[in-house]
Amino acid sequence: MNKLRRKVYMTAGYNTISLGTGRKEFNPKKSRPGLEYYIKEAGQGTLKQIGGAKNVDEGAIGNFMSPRFNKQGHIAGLIPMIDDELQYKPCIRTEGACASGALALMSGIRSILAETADVVLTIGVEVQNTMKAIYGADVLAGAGWYQKRKNGHAYFFPGQFSDRAGAYYEKYGMEYARKGMGRWFRNAVENARLCSTAQEYHNKVDDIEALYHKVKPNGKAFVDNLNVFDCSKVSDAASAIVIVSEEGLKRIGIPKNEAVEIIGYSQKERNLTNDPPDLTELTAIKKAAKEALDSAGITINDLATIEVHDCFSIAGILSTEALGFAKPGEGAKFVAEGNTARDGKIPLNTTGGLIGWGHPTGGTGVHQAVTIWEQLTGRAGEAQIEIPKDRPYGMTINMGGDDVTVVAIVYKRGE
Amino acid sequence: MNYEEKLQNVTVLGAAGKMGSGILLLTAVEMADISLKPENKGKQFVLNAMDVSPAGLAGLMKYLRMQVMKIAEKKTVFLRKLYADRKDLVENGDIIEEYIFDVMNIVRPVTTIESAYESKLIFEAIIENKDLKMKIFSQIDINNPNKPWFFTNTSSIPIHVLDEGSNLKGRILGFHFYNPPAIQKLVELITTEKNSDEMVDFAKLYAKNLKKMVVPSNDVAGFIGNGHFMRDSLHAISEVEGLSDEIPFVEALYMINKVSQDFLIRPMGIFQLIDYVGVDVVKFIMSVMDPYMPDEHLHSSLLDKLMEAGIKGGQNSDGSQKDGFLKYERSRPVAIYDPEKKEYALIEDFMTKCDERLGQLPESYKPWKVVNFTKGNKEKLLSTFFSDLNKINTLGAQLAKKYNIISNEIGQKLVADKVANTEEDVNMVMLTGFYHAYGPINEYLK
Repeated sequence: MNKLRRKVYMTAGYNTISLGTGRKEFNPKKSRPGLEYYIKEAGQGTLKQIGGAKNVDEGAIGNFMSPRFNKQGHIAGLIPMIDDELQYKPCIRTEGACASGALALMSGIRSILAETADVVLTIGVEVQNTMKAIYGADVLAGAGWYQKRKNGHAYFFPGQFSDRAGAYYEKYGMEYARKGMGRWFRNAVENARLCSTAQEYHNKVDDIEALYHKVKPNGKAFVDNLNVFDCSKVSDAASAIVIVSEEGLKRIGIPKNEAVEIIGYSQKERNLTNDPPDLTELTAIKKAAKEALDSAGITINDLATIEVHDCFSIAGILSTEALGFAKPGEGAKFVAEGNTARDGKIPLNTTGGLIGWGHPTGGTGVHQAVTIWEQLTGRAGEAQIEIPKDRPYGMTINMGGDDVTVVAIVYKRGE
Repeated sequence: MNYEEKLQNVTVLGAAGKMGSGILLLTAVEMADISLKPENKGKQFVLNAMDVSPAGLAGLMKYLRMQVMKIAEKKTVFLRKLYADRKDLVENGDIIEEYIFDVMNIVRPVTTIESAYESKLIFEAIIENKDLKMKIFSQIDINNPNKPWFFTNTSSIPIHVLDEGSNLKGRILGFHFYNPPAIQKLVELITTEKNSDEMVDFAKLYAKNLKKMVVPSNDVAGFIGNGHFMRDSLHAISEVEGLSDEIPFVEALYMINKVSQDFLIRPMGIFQLIDYVGVDVVKFIMSVMDPYMPDEHLHSSLLDKLMEAGIKGGQNSDGSQKDGFLKYERSRPVAIYDPEKKEYALIEDFMTKCDERLGQLPESYKPWKVVNFTKGNKEKLLSTFFSDLNKINTLGAQLAKKYNIISNEIGQKLVADKVANTEEDVNMVMLTGFYHAYGPINEYLK
């Protein structure tokens, strides 16, 4: 990839709460705020930090399946609803399954690089608790190839990643693997408890790993190789951030050190109609991460923290291997030993990730960027980790489908 | 005749009722699952939902659709396999819709008895009226060439009486579901000497396939469940009447209801349970059982008084509780009926006074909901609480001890009278049919 020809920054992030099971406010029998509410809250949350909508040149919104979850298509048209001053500005909606959010980020980054905009309001949103999980599974299965839906599992994506977990168990041992996966769950909950918008923020369980291991995977009720704690949440949430040029930063009156600079990125697409070449490997993530790091001119040893796409705990384990922190088969051990915990070698998903914070599918990519911005600029509150001076970089990896659409972005605090 | 053939044509009598609708639902689902097996393609399966009330049947079909949807949503993993060869059914939503259709498609809502003339199996869940039951059984049997089996849901009438009165020659047994049938795990199975092995084996297999627990009961009026519940209720009523010599009736009733719920850790107080079952139903069951109990008089003039005043309890068609001994707001008791004044008295006006009179519950008290659903720790919670209760001598503790002793005696009498084969069977009925946290035959309170 060519070196970035212009400086690109992100700042003024905002997350709504991630609403769903786990949150005290959540009651499946009562009516809840809709798509419009989340878009508005996140959008306005960001606009307030940048001197208002008048400073915005463009809008981009990442969303996976609002036409089915909310019977609402055409949601770029909901961006001007956030503020009258957004009326008639160019807006776009991006879709790449669970990587829709990162595609919105890419759309914004490209507008800055193309010098057609200096301030892009970028939003990611999904409101999924509109239907029972068994029907939600149908909607989410849209991230796979429809021709394979018929022979897929009732819970299609848990089924896909259950197969990945099964292959990993077979190669490296089930008990060994689940030790790492149980620790992954514990890290997710412990981190989420430090972030007031997280879905597991109210979780009070004493021994999280014991709880995890008590619930054995049961193929009759769910899928063969995963339990419910291996899975990310069904979430209603939105996140917003602005993508800006140097001129843009000046316009919105935010100093560089309150922003993160995009140092490198990579975007990969794997053929949706093909099965993964190896169930125990995330090949698209591997390629994207490497390319993003190369484009930034750094290695994994320069990273202070990463937001990885743990839609399932096994995806978290496989990500540590794809990134090169562990050799194939050693990711479970790497995680079990605490290396990815907030005080470990490389803290991953410091506000809980998709399992702990929540997974509003089309919004997750933007949420990951907001978290990295918070961490690198020292505004993560209770969830703040130390950013070592010699390892000042952060990274996000957002995945759509089963390792099909992948966006990896490398960040550094602005100077 | 094999199991599946027997289920090809079935009638549920009284299908729109509280028990009938549940029996219909479970049977419809069982029949649909059989009909969907590859080897049964092309075979007809018919389930007649017979009831005299067209409005009731309309409500039944609505209930059925909702419930089948819930069942389908829970077993979609299984259903995807069942419909694996249907290329047109791809998403869970498609499959669930089709399954609902396939179940509903078996059911024929009917108001005339003639529909049962082709059935091989008849479930009966009409009102507890011996003569009416016998009349209907006879009429169906005379006109039905299949020599059908009759499974009655009676909770009180001896099976041999129905058999002889309808001239069925052993083709009837008691298959007593508990309310609501779709949820309660218990089926009391009452067989007679005249039943064929084939029929009894079928009944057991059918119960197993419905994931029910079978407790055998001998053919004595009221069987185990009502054998206990009716006598338990009469004890509670006599305690209220005793206490009312000194304190107002409504306060006495409040206290005994509280003792039977909180001090005995039961899911609800005894008078709330009577309301749930229906004051009219309880009175009726007692009157059915009474002639068969030469040494006892199963009757309460208090129940008569309530009935005369039109206070019947039971449920509204939406499942909400009608007023009975207690008046309910959002399913919670708020007042108690005073049969002398013929009006309800607000509980809040005398609750504190009564609670003080009963005395405090031991600190180890945990409500039934907690105790019953604490896996692995239930026994410890119960023994700790009752051991603490044994040590105190408040009025509440005294009443609870006496109540438990009587409940124990009722249970033991059911075994002595050969209604139940074992003490375990008595306890199992109360645990699974009445949702008690522990059986009546216990060593907890002395």
